[in-house]
Amino acid sequence: MPRFGDPSLPTADEPLWKDEFSVFQERERFVSRRQLIKFLTLTSLGMFAGNIWILVRSWLRRDQAYPQQEIAQLDEIRVGGVKLFHYPSEKDQCLLVRISEDRYVAYSQKCTHLSCAVYYSREDNQLICPCHNGRFSVRDGAVVQGPPTRALPHVLLERRGKDLIAIGMSGKLEG
Amino acid sequence: MRRGITALDGTIALLVLLLIVQVWLLSATLDAYLAGHGDAALPGAVCSGLIFAGATGLYRFAQRINRAR
Repeated sequence: MPRFGDPSLPTADEPLWKDEFSVFQERERFVSRRQLIKFLTLTSLGMFAGNIWILVRSWLRRDQAYPQQEIAQLDEIRVGGVKLFHYPSEKDQCLLVRISEDRYVAYSQKCTHLSCAVYYSREDNQLICPCHNGRFSVRDGAVVQGPPTRALPHVLLERRGKDLIAIGMSGKLEG
Repeated sequence: MRRGITALDGTIALLVLLLIVQVWLLSATLDAYLAGHGDAALPGAVCSGLIFAGATGLYRFAQRINRAR
């Protein structure tokens, strides 16, 4: 059937596949741009879904209750000494450091970079990750140097008589 | 036809700008969440939703141009 007018323009009764796989260069330009716009919009949807996922996870975490667990006796470790323990579950390794006569701090042992185990260096008075030489302040767990960007999760401690009790965590546990 | 292609190019440029902001927003929200600050999750999700609504608006605009060809 003969067609009149500009052959590069689609007609109303033309099937979609003819428009999508057109032999005309002008129409091909339209199609490639249209598909790119569709792809970019779907990418935006994916990122929105990611934000929703974070929102749901943070709501679920808000309701999480931490157990109370005795982790050490007050005079069990000397000043500068370290004790390893598991908190809040058996697979979460943490370390307790006595940094002065009456001050104790405890952190998750997993580096916030790639989850290697950090250790306490008494000479540097820092928590050090041996994998990529990330260093954290022993006072508050903040990053001092290296690739990690987030502080070590802090175990909240409470003193009850001669016992040190872990009562919660601040920060997100890795893995 | 040429004006339509120019309009689509403008739409793509705007979408790319929106996506750059959205990528930054997602990484910032994720970083805050992993650091234990869940408070950033709600405003992050709302802003990301608004950006997605803007992207959908641009997509519909592109469809209208396509139909008006």
